[in-house]
Amino acid sequence: MEHSKIPLKFKEWENTTLKRVLDKSAERKAQFTTGSWQAVPRVALPIPLTDDDYLEKLGFPGEFPYTRGVQPTMYRGRFWTMRQYAGFGTAEESNRRYKYLLKQGQTGLSVAFDLPTQIGYDSDDSHSIGEVGKVGVAIDTLKDMEILFDGIPLDKVSTSMTINAPAAILLAFYIAVAEKQGVSKRQLRGTIQNDILKEYIARGTYIFPPKASLRLITNIFEYCANEVPNWNTISISGYHIREAGSTAVQEAAFTLADGIEYVKAALEAGLDIDRFAGRLSFFFNAHNDLFEEVAKFRAARRIWAKIMRERFNAKYPKSMMLRFHTQTGGSTLTAQQPDNNIVRVTIQTLAAVLGGTQSLHTNSRDEALGLPTEEAVRIALRTQQITAYESGVTNTVDPLGGSYFVETLTDQMEEQIWKYLDKIEELGGMVEAIRKGYVQKEIQDAAFKYQREIEDKERIVVGVNQFTIDEEGPKDILKVNPALREIQSKKIAQVKQERNNREVEKVLQALKEAAQDPEQNLMPLIVEAAKTYASLGEITNVLREVFGEYQETVIL
Amino acid sequence: MKSKIRILIAKPGLDGHDRGAKYIARALRDAGYEIIYTGIRQSPEAIAKAAIQEDVDFVGLSLLSGAHNELFPEIVRLLREGGGADIIVFGGGVIPENDIPGLKEKGVEAVFTPGAPIQDVIDFIEANRTRMEGKS
Repeated sequence: MEHSKIPLKFKEWENTTLKRVLDKSAERKAQFTTGSWQAVPRVALPIPLTDDDYLEKLGFPGEFPYTRGVQPTMYRGRFWTMRQYAGFGTAEESNRRYKYLLKQGQTGLSVAFDLPTQIGYDSDDSHSIGEVGKVGVAIDTLKDMEILFDGIPLDKVSTSMTINAPAAILLAFYIAVAEKQGVSKRQLRGTIQNDILKEYIARGTYIFPPKASLRLITNIFEYCANEVPNWNTISISGYHIREAGSTAVQEAAFTLADGIEYVKAALEAGLDIDRFAGRLSFFFNAHNDLFEEVAKFRAARRIWAKIMRERFNAKYPKSMMLRFHTQTGGSTLTAQQPDNNIVRVTIQTLAAVLGGTQSLHTNSRDEALGLPTEEAVRIALRTQQITAYESGVTNTVDPLGGSYFVETLTDQMEEQIWKYLDKIEELGGMVEAIRKGYVQKEIQDAAFKYQREIEDKERIVVGVNQFTIDEEGPKDILKVNPALREIQSKKIAQVKQERNNREVEKVLQALKEAAQDPEQNLMPLIVEAAKTYASLGEITNVLREVFGEYQETVIL
Repeated sequence: MKSKIRILIAKPGLDGHDRGAKYIARALRDAGYEIIYTGIRQSPEAIAKAAIQEDVDFVGLSLLSGAHNELFPEIVRLLREGGGADIIVFGGGVIPENDIPGLKEKGVEAVFTPGAPIQDVIDFIEANRTRMEGKS
């Protein structure tokens, strides 16, 4: 390649044009960084790229290494799936919200479960006091699931379920509801989160220790490859890692490291890489620093493609594609002047779309205060629709590709992500790194530094530590009925009366025996148990007995 | 008189959002207090027991799931019942303003909502430390 004149000319510019200005007035800060402390150049320069470099690092959309996107036409073909995470109270109430969202033009469902459901406790369990129906819908038995999807044809919608430790059980409920609707499991489309490692790291809804959890996950991979071929069996999630306070680089690095661990576990269980890898999906956060976020998504795609091809010898293109869902950053929302959050969400939406997301949840302006109202959810959905239909950013693939700054940042972040991946390998993989508290400590240090900067006003959050006003707290916060636990408990009692309890006992006993044999796939029995109306808690308790429970490594 | 104020930071209920709790714990430790942190998913019984056994002066509760109306008062009750009636309880998290008067009535002495600076928490502890020092 011809020697570039640009560096020399740039030095000249620095010594003349730039210097004259800086001599008169300094810049706002001595050093500029992104939201998570990536160095930001004053002016990014062209990265010297030969044609070969371009083809290797960027290539074309829909082709390795997918830096520019996983599909050749991206949003020229069709928009991302607009998928608002929703659920609260009873199955009846959530069912009404889903129907409302579908009527408003939403294109996929995303189910939020309450915490007892996510941790495998029935509503009538003492652990569930105060929590029933609060952060999502309460599901105890197949009965609740039937109500949740009443009148929603499961062969027509795709459904994402934020469920991890008991993912196998909720998937079984879903399959059973579909069959009752006359829909075969082969037609089902959707996703279960099923990502236990980030629960240990950041989100907290774990039940079983790592080994048993990884077994359940590989059981699901295998079962779905044979029986539910269009189902995304896992959504490897950086979202919650970021919410816990990580940097953008840590979010991508720890998520990819989790992904590596799942692939390793599946290969160890004897699965063929190209039979399950195409159904792995990812879930990232989108914060306010627009270019950093876009660079993160692009770097993550490039790295995953390389890992899958070079380390795991995947052959199918689909196995190498990092497909992801995005949610805008909950922790960036402020309780103060909540309308400002609409603007934040707009920037984050743009980041996700310019970064090539496959689906998106936009947060509602009132989520720092409580569950979103219907009006707030509608504005959030409209934000996506305006971006899709009015902004024009959807008309070309990877609009920021070739931006000097974005390409520089993409390379820079890629390098740092690889460093973390190497470090985690050195520690013996992600399960070990978590057990040692390394991952948690890295995140906490970043979270602490971030909060300190806000306290010290080195970082401005509009309406919080600057541009504040006296304001009254909002009045119309969505309230969940406190009597829900009783209502659900009655429903469980009724189901237990109506079902064939001998049949339930028989299948639970069979499940227990199967769980004791590590070679057995537990999915078929869990599906069978679901159909007998065995409750979530009953099924989980059988597994608790065999597998034991995880104890958190508390790091401060 | 006690030399150092002891504070238990605790996460009752089932939610795993510990970013705030850990920040408060670390920032208060930096401010010179002795801090014990429970980890997530603690039952009210376990929290009350730990507070009494560790002979703490304050208990700070963090909850983001919406279960505060049930769980915070229950912890206050268990503390009183178990001989920890003089332990001062405060809380934080996603707690709607309308719920705060009710919590205060039931013995939660201060509630810090999102965006509250750490200095507010320190001021609260300092304003109440004489009460603690008076007791022993």
